[in-house]
Amino acid sequence: MTTLLAPTRPPTAVTSAPPPPSRRQQRAVGGIGASVLLWTYAAFALVPLLLMVSSSFRSNADLITDPLGAPWPLSIAAYEQAWTVGNFATYFANSLMVTVGAVTLSTAVATMAAYALARARSRLFRWLEFLFLSGLMLPIHLAILPIFFLFDGMGLIDSRLGLALMYAASGVPFSIFVLTTFFRQLPEELEEAAALDGASSWQTFWRIMVPLVRPALATVAVFRFVPIWNDFLFPLVLLRREEKYTLPVGLTTFFGEHAADYSAIFAGLVITTVPLIVLFLLATKQIVAGLTAGMAK
Amino acid sequence: MRRRTGLLFATPALLLFAVFVLYPMVTAFSYAFFHWQGTTRGEFAGTANFETLFTRAPFTTDLPRALLHNVLFFAGTMLFQNTIGLSIAALLHARHRSRRLLQTLYAMPYLVSPIVIGYLWTLLLSPTFGPVNTLLTSIGLEEWALPWLGDPTTALWVVILVSVWQWIGFPVLLYGAALGGVPEELTEAARVDGASHRQTFFRITLPLLIPAIGTVTVLTFIFAMEAFALPYAFGGSTGNPAGATDFVSLLFYRTAFDSGATDAIGSSSALATLLFVIIFGGAFAATAVLRRHERRITA
Repeated sequence: MTTLLAPTRPPTAVTSAPPPPSRRQQRAVGGIGASVLLWTYAAFALVPLLLMVSSSFRSNADLITDPLGAPWPLSIAAYEQAWTVGNFATYFANSLMVTVGAVTLSTAVATMAAYALARARSRLFRWLEFLFLSGLMLPIHLAILPIFFLFDGMGLIDSRLGLALMYAASGVPFSIFVLTTFFRQLPEELEEAAALDGASSWQTFWRIMVPLVRPALATVAVFRFVPIWNDFLFPLVLLRREEKYTLPVGLTTFFGEHAADYSAIFAGLVITTVPLIVLFLLATKQIVAGLTAGMAK
Repeated sequence: MRRRTGLLFATPALLLFAVFVLYPMVTAFSYAFFHWQGTTRGEFAGTANFETLFTRAPFTTDLPRALLHNVLFFAGTMLFQNTIGLSIAALLHARHRSRRLLQTLYAMPYLVSPIVIGYLWTLLLSPTFGPVNTLLTSIGLEEWALPWLGDPTTALWVVILVSVWQWIGFPVLLYGAALGGVPEELTEAARVDGASHRQTFFRITLPLLIPAIGTVTVLTFIFAMEAFALPYAFGGSTGNPAGATDFVSLLFYRTAFDSGATDAIGSSSALATLLFVIIFGGAFAATAVLRRHERRITA
């Protein structure tokens, strides 16, 4: 589903000649109304998020007397409250460990498997590919009960490692789906040349093929990071003690216990959200850089 | 690549996938067909667990209600998210300036966890200090300053509309890509023949978008049937107020982990299986209809 997030730019935007004047005028007239609508909607999409940020920098008393007031003077008391009293430091560290661990493991094993699927010719691998891709359609959340008992048997209940393994496994189909496509686009002469130079299969894979699919690796990692960071059901069921909680579950605990501490809740919401925004801004750059670097050669 | 080397490369992924995805998925169905005493599996139960869903309380009241809410969630999302999304995509398609920026802005809310979105709107809509009601009062709409989430008649629609707000960027991107694929010659030709903007859109562009609309419909259906985190943030696991925001996945969660019933595993697995059949059946039927339509276009 996430592969659809990168829209293809219509070719006409680049190739077509400028429209004749009459049409341009027509467009400009409709254009003002359209611009107003589009920017109004953009404000509608963003204002709640901005309110979340500005409210987190205000005191509780301020919020109650004037809900729409400006965050001035800036107060970071709510963040101190959430970070220490609210345990968000712990939740944050847990979320980071689980998400980074899962994404790293999932991307590593999927890259190796995708390379094999793209290059091996035997029919066994077509069958394996089908098996992996069928996982794209499985609503894994519905298997929570067997997962719970599986974890119980393996001693993985209340374990961050268990949660990371689970997420890594559930990310394998999507990562393989994207990476296989990328490996198939690379010319086989690369490997033939490497083999002539005496490189082993592993050296060819690690030194030549992996660097060439780096932009795809970034894409896969970013697209898997977001749903894992945000996931709620698995940590809700599989974690027991507060010191193991990830951010979404920690947030429900905090919301339940400090329901009247509005500004601290807002701070908690911001803490949960900021890493994704940062990642998105960083990764957009990295993905674009990776793609253009490939083109320059 | 030699077969043995290939297998070595594929093994770690296969192992992880088989243990944590395939095995639980397959056993999930088998659970539904056995009697359970706590965590001990008893005899083969046939369809007894499924019959429980239609004969015993609380399922007889909760299941139809939760299912209705899922269906309303789907209908509401189709009605608002996809019509507004398509309109925005069409407006964006007609311009080049700041298109990327706007698309990114619309997409911002869906980066955010549904739990965060749920709590954020709970606070924004709070009757005591919520900015929404403050704003409504200050512009003279006091009668609209309602306890949105406390009232069973409005709570479900708050959940639906907040979800629409969060995910609108998705149809905008998808329809944007689809509009880019409509050949300009077709719309140009229609315009030369004297068709109005409106006629061109409804007679030429819209029919060509049907495959994209179908894809969005199927994904929306799956999404609406699985709704869990957002309603949980708004109404907890019991769908407060008074079950007004209850959904099938919440009922499943309650049955499996909160009910304390001795056969909880059997009945909740039956519920999960039922949900799976609904999702797959619905998605499969919609895709089949879509394929037939596509063949008609290309023929």
